[in-house]
Amino acid sequence: MSTDAKTLILQRIRRSMGRGPLPEEAKLSLQRRLADPRPNLIPARARADHGALVRLFIEKAEAVGATVERIGDSDRLGACLADFLKRHNLPGHAVAAPALQGSGLENTELVTLRFGVPEASDQTGIAPAFRAIAETGTLAMISGPDIPATMNFLPDNHIAILHEADIVGAMEDVFAALRKKYGSATMPRTLNFISGPSRTADIEQKIVEGAHGPRRLHIVLIGNGQKNAETDG
Amino acid sequence: MQPTSHDFTANAHKALQDENLRKALKRVEAGFTTARARAAAALPEFEALRDQARDIKNHVLENLDFYLERFAARVEEQGGRVHWCATPAEARETILALCRSVDARTVTKGKSMIAEEIALNPFLAENGVEPIETDLGEYIIQLADEPPSHIIGPAVHKTQDQVADLFLEHHRRYGKNKRLEEAEDLVAEAREVLRDKYLAADVGITGANFLVAETGSTVIVTNEGNGDLTQLLPKMHIVVASLEKVVPTLEDTATILRVLARSATGQEMSVYTTFSTGPRRQGDADGPPRFHVVLLDNGRSELVGSDKGELLRCIRCGACMNHCPVYQAVGGHAYGWVYPGPIGAALDPYFLGLEETRHLPNASTFCGRCEEVCPMRIPLPRILRHWRERAFSHHIAPPAERWGVKLWAALAARPALYRAFTRVALWALRLFSGRKGALRRLPFLGGWTDGRDLPAPAGPGFIDQWRARQKRGGTSGEHDG
Repeated sequence: MSTDAKTLILQRIRRSMGRGPLPEEAKLSLQRRLADPRPNLIPARARADHGALVRLFIEKAEAVGATVERIGDSDRLGACLADFLKRHNLPGHAVAAPALQGSGLENTELVTLRFGVPEASDQTGIAPAFRAIAETGTLAMISGPDIPATMNFLPDNHIAILHEADIVGAMEDVFAALRKKYGSATMPRTLNFISGPSRTADIEQKIVEGAHGPRRLHIVLIGNGQKNAETDG
Repeated sequence: MQPTSHDFTANAHKALQDENLRKALKRVEAGFTTARARAAAALPEFEALRDQARDIKNHVLENLDFYLERFAARVEEQGGRVHWCATPAEARETILALCRSVDARTVTKGKSMIAEEIALNPFLAENGVEPIETDLGEYIIQLADEPPSHIIGPAVHKTQDQVADLFLEHHRRYGKNKRLEEAEDLVAEAREVLRDKYLAADVGITGANFLVAETGSTVIVTNEGNGDLTQLLPKMHIVVASLEKVVPTLEDTATILRVLARSATGQEMSVYTTFSTGPRRQGDADGPPRFHVVLLDNGRSELVGSDKGELLRCIRCGACMNHCPVYQAVGGHAYGWVYPGPIGAALDPYFLGLEETRHLPNASTFCGRCEEVCPMRIPLPRILRHWRERAFSHHIAPPAERWGVKLWAALAARPALYRAFTRVALWALRLFSGRKGALRRLPFLGGWTDGRDLPAPAGPGFIDQWRARQKRGGTSGEHDG
């Protein structure tokens, strides 16, 4: 059934367009467009120096309801996590993406940390951000063997670990970084762009946070204002 | 769903008397339109982005066969499957067969207009697979057993009190017996109930806002995160999408995303924008082991090259209905099918035929706001006018209407007669309006005067005023306002 329907649909499209299959030359030009993807118009505010982008990211992320905490050095991650749990009266345990092993999160005795895939009972989940977009205050999270995508959705409290150097201007910059990491035209199974905590306005247009995904999105931003280039990958 | 578009007049009458609906629609107008205006004003490049977004979609539609084949090839190279379906029936059967292949008993669903278009839920239920809507709005109307009344806010017609009653009635079986008064509590209860459903579901079905030809990715845009739990937790992720959702590259997707959320809810970005590419990879920590895309045609392959092909640029943001005075007055259900508002009035006649939908192109004041706010610059009023003309020339409009139009045409083509007629009519309207300056009742125009008075014309008609002005001021009349 499927192949027939495919042939039928493609034939109908061509008939409607008043042509046969595209000539080879036209196909080649479309293939070139795909092989060398060019950004379209990128808003001016996404094209600033890195310091300005970091400030813009923080402003935009807070505007959509995320909280941002800056630390100079990843050694402080454990203390940061312990503070967060205490501040929100949460139980002293959390689950973290295995990619964060050895990141400094373990540097606390106040929190029981598990590295792995989140379960329904986990209240706090921690994942590394691949990049973040200053233009809109958006995190870009990728999935993989040591980063479960469910970490971004299942636990009520979502903590994202972001390196200052990974803040970029626009979504297009994230795509460029992905091509560098995975090769052209290839993606991780799941790429999540996240702008603030989960929300809904489906009841009388009242905005309520924590619809299905996390109620809280806390971004821990590591860096002391100096750009470093070690986080490529 | 069984269309009721032929009953538009009756549907609209009923809607106008519905107090709850009146309150709900006021919120649509106030909420969505203000938010969109603010978001558009805050981005200097917004209008230029709309142009680019339109051009991208035009380019896709010109080369639709190429991009679809490329998208399908990329999906399959990465371990997914693409199912091409010419008709809604084929799409339903395909989805059911996929569900059965993993012995699915329950299916969670993200919001999908295509699933509504093919009436998927009743079909699955009849065949022993329980569909569970997870978008809060869709969940509410599933409990109420109603169709969506808005493209992005399916339950905008419901008040909080109505939602509270629905939850009380349907959540008893989960041991929840308290009627909740606050929106926060209602959301929390739905969240709790649906959590278990995600975890138990065998298949997750989502729609797609975009299909990326470059990478074979499908993209969904949500605020709740329901679409993500829906696709990540079960054994199989099925994406149901129509042909025109394909875009060339990731960069093209980014451009359209910049106008989508701003036009829809006034957000710069929706909370979650998710790119899903194939099934879970070898060694991946989680994600669906099976990935299928059901590509629906349902006549689009014939719409694409036609004079109404521009409708296929639509990205389903809902801006046209949010800004439509008719939608704001009657709500989405009056339109009688899946797509309401101006886009529905333009699209539904294509899907259902003009016999069924002949009222819809008339459900417009031609104020042009829909075209003004459409991020893809679809000429909706032009297309509605086209349907009206077609209804007239194909004798679909009823005799009274056709005679009325003919009479008007005869009058309008004879200037002297027209002027004489309007003078008499204006005089008569003023005469009968009395001291109040308004008419309570008019023969043949009960539809207008039942709900309100008709204000009497204040003075002579335009042509007489124009003449008088020309006499007074010579040729200066053109620019003084």
